[in-house]
Amino acid sequence: MQWPYQDERHVLAEETCDVLVLGGGLAGCHAAIAAAEQGKSVILLEKGAARRSGAAGTGFDHWEMACKNPGCLVTPEEMTMALYQEQGGYSNAIGHMIETSEGWDRLQDIEKWGGKIRDTKGEFAGAPFRDDKTGLMYAYDYTNRYTLRVWGTTFKPAMTGRMKALGVRLYDRTEARTLLTCGVNGRTAACGCIGVNTRTARVTVFRARAVVLAMSRPARVWLFNADTPGLCEFRPFQSVGTGHAMGWRAGMAFTMMEKSVRGEFSAAGRSFPPYGTGNNHNTWYAASMVDARGCPLPYVDRDGRELTTVDERYRPAPGQKFFLKGGVIDEPRYEWRGPETLPFDELIRRGYRLPFYADLTSMPDEERRVIWGMMVGQEAKTRVPIYQNYTERGFDPKKHLLQSYGNGWQSAAFLDQERQLFGAPGGTMHDWNLETNILNAFVAGDMLFASDCAGHACATGHWAGRHAAWAANEADLLPADRDAVEAERRSILAPLENRDGLDWREVNAAVSKAMQNYCGGVKNDDLLLQGLQLIRSFRTDALGQIACRNPHELTRAHEVGDILDVSELILEACLARRCSCSALSFERSDSDETRRDAERAFLTVKKSDGKVVTGRAPLDYSGDVTTGYERHKEGLIRE
Amino acid sequence: MNKTPFSLETVPCSVSPLSFDPDKCVGCNACVEACQIDVLVPAGAVKSTPFAAWPGECWYCGACVMECPVSGAVTLRHPLMNQARFVEAESVIKRV
Repeated sequence: MQWPYQDERHVLAEETCDVLVLGGGLAGCHAAIAAAEQGKSVILLEKGAARRSGAAGTGFDHWEMACKNPGCLVTPEEMTMALYQEQGGYSNAIGHMIETSEGWDRLQDIEKWGGKIRDTKGEFAGAPFRDDKTGLMYAYDYTNRYTLRVWGTTFKPAMTGRMKALGVRLYDRTEARTLLTCGVNGRTAACGCIGVNTRTARVTVFRARAVVLAMSRPARVWLFNADTPGLCEFRPFQSVGTGHAMGWRAGMAFTMMEKSVRGEFSAAGRSFPPYGTGNNHNTWYAASMVDARGCPLPYVDRDGRELTTVDERYRPAPGQKFFLKGGVIDEPRYEWRGPETLPFDELIRRGYRLPFYADLTSMPDEERRVIWGMMVGQEAKTRVPIYQNYTERGFDPKKHLLQSYGNGWQSAAFLDQERQLFGAPGGTMHDWNLETNILNAFVAGDMLFASDCAGHACATGHWAGRHAAWAANEADLLPADRDAVEAERRSILAPLENRDGLDWREVNAAVSKAMQNYCGGVKNDDLLLQGLQLIRSFRTDALGQIACRNPHELTRAHEVGDILDVSELILEACLARRCSCSALSFERSDSDETRRDAERAFLTVKKSDGKVVTGRAPLDYSGDVTTGYERHKEGLIRE
Repeated sequence: MNKTPFSLETVPCSVSPLSFDPDKCVGCNACVEACQIDVLVPAGAVKSTPFAAWPGECWYCGACVMECPVSGAVTLRHPLMNQARFVEAESVIKRV
């Protein structure tokens, strides 16, 4: 059949701007808006279409840790340190301080642009989670009120409208492919990016004074299914860690990339759609649960005290200031442990029978309506495939119980080698400006190590955008090396030259199998080195054999190249850490215990002149978070 | 450089996440422009309605349905294996 779009593979275009933003999800849109509000000319590249793209393009339900909202009783400093200590120090204090200090500002911005952040119609008037003065709706800890329930389906259209009003030049269907760098005073500096149109194969050189990388985290590294690849992972199918890959190729430093966790979602149908089964976490917190006989599963507080009312599930335990719940909080330490049903194994030991169900029928009316209707309905990927489809199938939350599968909200049990970058995984090393070791290259959202959630994406996006704008004041618009650009362009378009060759799926499947075999739950040097050798052989022997018939397939081929790069990055990070580390879910059979104390640090890896260079930063490298935040919030201060 | 024109080859898979009702679809292609994976071929190129050329790449976000101006013109459906079960509360709780 005839290709429905133009053929522009012969075009080499050039555009210039002050600030170039790569990725049009929540973080990228905020970065572009912040830079444009500073008066900069801004270009944003988005592989999909910014109005509905990114992990939260079709919605999200929680805005976490907005500590400056008028109802919150926890300070940004308290929350930042709780999140940092909760992860044993392997967390991003800088990112969390920005999130907790500015999340509420960002939410008020979004409201001004047309997003819905409060119950303006009084649908939930009088409910214990609603502040009747402000109409703000709270989740999890109703006493401390740090996390808000929001109408996330309205957010991306509001943000894209704001970008257009500010004159941001939005390049949808444009894959950011290669970070352009050049030498400035002995340092490597970012000076732009090569982009490829995913429909026409037009190649454009985008030159800029500063660049913000705001793409998603690596995926399809261990989990892949060639039949339904779109169901393999939690984040959007085409988000594979392109920012990580281009940064790695350009010499950017990364940390915590040795952290991966046993799979939690998807893998082509192994689990059910997220938020689509009976459970009592996240979107569904704190749904009542019953067993196969209809017996309620007991909720207990951190001391094991059985809770008798629904309201107690949303309150701290006696003597506890606040509890932690949210996207990356799995099993918090005692200090911050919140109400929870008894552990799965304990329930089975006590004779509770499978299957379990979520039982909204017995909940107070406002709690039932807020879970089924608002939360399931606003969360990413729930409005149509869960809320609408289940309703069409006849699901009535007043009448029906929704079955739970496996042992919780994950709804499937994965093998140890079926891994994901999930739950605050690794990312780029950065300073208080959110600038990387590459001058004028800033990062936001999922590009940061140990980050997660919508409020974090928006807050760090805005911070990175305005710091990039300030950096652009001092930076020149540097010329791109023509020969290097032409060579890169040839390499980018090369798979279109192959009409008979490998399908991209074959290579992705090989990478995933290799990573399961050589970088699974338990690592050792022999396996990791063999894995590295195999991954590199795929790069030299297989990647160049991928054949593409059109630009859509070309994009998929590029993604496989990125997956190979991030696999190499992950293997190198695993090799750099010699001692097992439970906080990073990192286990070695040849763990060198003599290095345990020395390795209580952020270990970093980067490429330099084709070699891998390792480094180390103390876990408290952020310094005092209040001082750091105050010192950097109004300007670019390079230490 | 290769002069072979780009060609559109659909890549079938074991499921059909998206279906279009030709009586309701107005061919505006709002769904095509909303899909971040770009799995849809625009109306008018091959058929009167858009269709999924790469159904296996769908990640089931529902943006196509959310942006469609006509209710029911495009339908998103999770695979059969992903249809979670629900039961009437009475049928379970009465057995206590």
